[in-house]
Amino acid sequence: MSNDAATAIPAVDGPQGPQQEQPAHGLGASLPSADARAKTEGTFPYASDLWAEGLLWAAVLRSPHAHARVLSIDTSAAAGMPGVRTVVTHADVPGEATYGRTVADRPVFASDLVRHHGEAIAAVAADHPDTARLAAAAIAVEYEILDPVTDPEKAFAAPPLHPDGNLVRHIPLRYGDPDATGEVVVEGLYRIGRQDPAPIGAEAGLAVPRPDGGVDIYTASTDPHTDRDLAAACFGLGPEQVKVVVTGVPGATGDREDPGFQIPLGLLALRTGCPVKLAATREESFLGHAHRHPTLLRYRHHADADGRLVKVEAQILLDAGAYAEASSESLAAAVAFACGPYVVPHAFVEGWAVRTNNPPSGHVRGEGAMQVCAAYEAQMDKLAARLGLDPAELRLRNVLATGDILPTGQTVTCPAPVAELLQAVRDFPLPALPKDSPEDGWLLPGGPEGAGEPGAVRRGVGYALGMVHMLGAEGTDEVSTATVKVHDGMATVICAAVETGQGFSTLARQIVQDTLGIDEVHVASVDTDQPPAGPATHGRHTWVSGGAVERAAKMVRTQLLQPLAHKFGMSTELLQITDGKITSYDGVLSTTVTEALEGKELWATAQCRPHPTEPLDGAGQGDAFVGLAFCAIRAVVDVDVELGSVRVVEMAVAQDVGRVLNPAQLATRIEAGVTQGVGAALTENLRTARGLVRHPDLTGYALPTALDAPDIRIVKLVEERDVVAPFGAKAASAVPVVTSPAAVAAAVRSATGRPVNRLPIRPQAAVAAP
Amino acid sequence: MTLPATLGEAVAALSAMPAAVPVAGGTDLMAAVNKGQLRPAGLVGLGRINEIRGWQYQDGHALLGAGLTHARMGRPDFAALIPALAAAARAAGPPQIRNAGTLGGNIVTAAPTGDSLPVLAALEADLVVAGPGGMREVPVTHLLAGRELLGPAELIGHVRVPLLHAPQVFLKATGRTGPGRATASVAVVLDPARRGVRCAVGAIAPMPLRPLEAERWIASLIDWDADRGLAPEALTAFGEYVAAACIPDPPGEEQLPPAVLHLRRTVAALARRALGRALS
Repeated sequence: MSNDAATAIPAVDGPQGPQQEQPAHGLGASLPSADARAKTEGTFPYASDLWAEGLLWAAVLRSPHAHARVLSIDTSAAAGMPGVRTVVTHADVPGEATYGRTVADRPVFASDLVRHHGEAIAAVAADHPDTARLAAAAIAVEYEILDPVTDPEKAFAAPPLHPDGNLVRHIPLRYGDPDATGEVVVEGLYRIGRQDPAPIGAEAGLAVPRPDGGVDIYTASTDPHTDRDLAAACFGLGPEQVKVVVTGVPGATGDREDPGFQIPLGLLALRTGCPVKLAATREESFLGHAHRHPTLLRYRHHADADGRLVKVEAQILLDAGAYAEASSESLAAAVAFACGPYVVPHAFVEGWAVRTNNPPSGHVRGEGAMQVCAAYEAQMDKLAARLGLDPAELRLRNVLATGDILPTGQTVTCPAPVAELLQAVRDFPLPALPKDSPEDGWLLPGGPEGAGEPGAVRRGVGYALGMVHMLGAEGTDEVSTATVKVHDGMATVICAAVETGQGFSTLARQIVQDTLGIDEVHVASVDTDQPPAGPATHGRHTWVSGGAVERAAKMVRTQLLQPLAHKFGMSTELLQITDGKITSYDGVLSTTVTEALEGKELWATAQCRPHPTEPLDGAGQGDAFVGLAFCAIRAVVDVDVELGSVRVVEMAVAQDVGRVLNPAQLATRIEAGVTQGVGAALTENLRTARGLVRHPDLTGYALPTALDAPDIRIVKLVEERDVVAPFGAKAASAVPVVTSPAAVAAAVRSATGRPVNRLPIRPQAAVAAP
Repeated sequence: MTLPATLGEAVAALSAMPAAVPVAGGTDLMAAVNKGQLRPAGLVGLGRINEIRGWQYQDGHALLGAGLTHARMGRPDFAALIPALAAAARAAGPPQIRNAGTLGGNIVTAAPTGDSLPVLAALEADLVVAGPGGMREVPVTHLLAGRELLGPAELIGHVRVPLLHAPQVFLKATGRTGPGRATASVAVVLDPARRGVRCAVGAIAPMPLRPLEAERWIASLIDWDADRGLAPEALTAFGEYVAAACIPDPPGEEQLPPAVLHLRRTVAALARRALGRALS
């Protein structure tokens, strides 16, 4: 690929990107988000701000044990407290007792067994939040404490924790010749910690009973239709009797809202006949929602003397927590991408996801792919060290390109400009050393005025390449439906794709502006009365919902222009709409959209469904993914090698984006992803002791602060359009999360000479090798 | 909730309602209330008591009001008086916390990671406690060690700290570059008049630890009448002396676990750096 099709953003420009000519609206414009002002001013309504006349407050009693038999639950004391309206337990669930996004294996309330710390046991509705909390605490539960299974390696032999058994999924991937060997062999054992999605706003919702016996749930759901179906089944109601209304989403890098919060809420509303509100505390949020899978990985890479990969053998063990959630999908990604964006002739990867009594694991962006990236990139560094090669050079000798075959047997048909990405970050100038700047401007590891000592600080540079899949994998029916309405010179988009911060509602406005030439576009709020658009994961809304909006807009365009075209005897293609004016190619016709509408309303609804995929078979083979996205990152870190404190100085990012649809938004998504990755690399780990979460608060769980976030340089955005994707654009949010931790680990490795095979990197692993 | 205007009124309010809890900045107390761990029957707000919000001088000492916020202690005029306490106050958390959290609150919370505590221990500060029976003085270390406790309706009014007119350093190690809880912290203060070095290590034990032997040994090596310089080897030896005193080797053949060994190395590096900076 030539450089002409690529956008190089000069480093000096910062997040706003280049100051070059940019359109004011439509695709390619840095259109600001419509709710940006309300969010910065603090007036944007989130679910926790909701209010209804006469509402009750909910509180949930959660298990203090990781594994215990529930012998008895006595709610009489709680129910008798003044102000308490109702108490519900497993016995009060009228419909299905269990639910789950993939397998219905998770009870609404624990009945006979609790399987993780924080599992819901009962819920209370009361007229004051404190009363509700006190009443929940007054519920007497008798437990028989059982030995928790917390080591996933021991889950295989342990007695079953669940009727479905302890093995959630096993994928034995076999590709090529098992007897192939390389001249050079490197091995490693890697451990990845438990990252929490740590959304800015904790879970919250308001459930309002309806006169027809149904219930409306107002919450920040990212997959409203699935949540509605799960909730309705547990309530014993039909899906039409439950409506999920999506409120403002306060941050979502995993699935929100966990049905484990919504279902008890809806039950309380149905039981009391009153609106009920739940606002989870931060502690409940940490205990209740799903985390990134802690993973144990064992690798053996074979290469020839020139550093070309011959064979990769890997064993990957995902700790799924007590319930299946999205573990099966995460495991598929981990196994399929176990070798990374490299050409590997022979690959043998065994992957398992097993049940334990640890906190639940599920979808957090980049799941599966992020854990293996940290491991295969560590292996590549090890191989480079063994062969005496530059780590970037070794990677360049092995990179994947379009037309190569993945270890799953799938041919890479989408653009895969991996070599170009790596060269871009490698050739980008390194940041200046602090010694070249005034001393009072130094920011050493340890922070301003901290303990950092210049003499003990070493700088390291490391590279990583990462990949993720886009859209649901393995035969998931990915479809989205959107409606576009034009009336009075204004367009409205109705689509159940949830704006989670990924920018879908801005993109929808841009698409309509582009297709219909109408500047004023309004995106309707989402509820489950609209047709489903699917979960807001894996960059799917840019693809399927964006594609559906474009089709619907094009249908409206045809409806609008057809009568005019007919009148003037030309095809609609010869007419164009800009700034609300319709003109023909020859300038003969000139009218406005409002005039052409003649007071009519035009509506069109369309669907977008990408080509189907297939599940991985018994040998891990199959065309499981619709598309792939790639990223290269060069990390520069400063390490205080006596204290083991690390500061990431700069992350240079080159990413395969297909097409830039909104430059400002794209830059913020990449910056957010890199920062989340830096957190996973250095500080973010929800620690447990015998299955109990030790510090479920934001003091114990250290997120990156502004001082921890590095300079993020977007060195290059390769715009090689993916022909099967609408607009040719690829998902951009997840792949920087996947790649950053591996890059930081590589840089710490180069600074300290230590192997760094555990994430997050603990200070004792970042002190210089003695 | 009552809002007394003087220490005396506060003591009277607490005596009148023994179940009430005094609250100043509320950065620890209100977090516990919000978590549902604490449900005080009443609150006595200390925010209106002007006499404890500043400081005064008293025969070579500063009498610091317990209501001084971390933000106030971090300012340059305070840093010129008691540099280590100012450094600890600046390191004590994000600006929102420093604007609200107070010196007295840091002492009564007595969290192992309280940043002002090792500095007060190294300064051998005394607490001036107001109570129904009048004023009494308690060494800060006695309170932190639980040798003396605050009685019913007693409040810390002031903290008496010597003015040493010599360099002081506070250093802490945390898990991240931004504000965070200390994994270990070290305060080193020089006392040229008494030819002493005083050092306290925070965050590694329930209360700050004083390595007294290491202090005496290093003070004997310093040439107090000249430039007070020390050879790098002496600084290193001091760091290791301090670390070994605070985290001793287990008896017999036992080895310290790797995480504890790392903590010991961290304390050694912090103590070495802190003394090096104090003497430079």
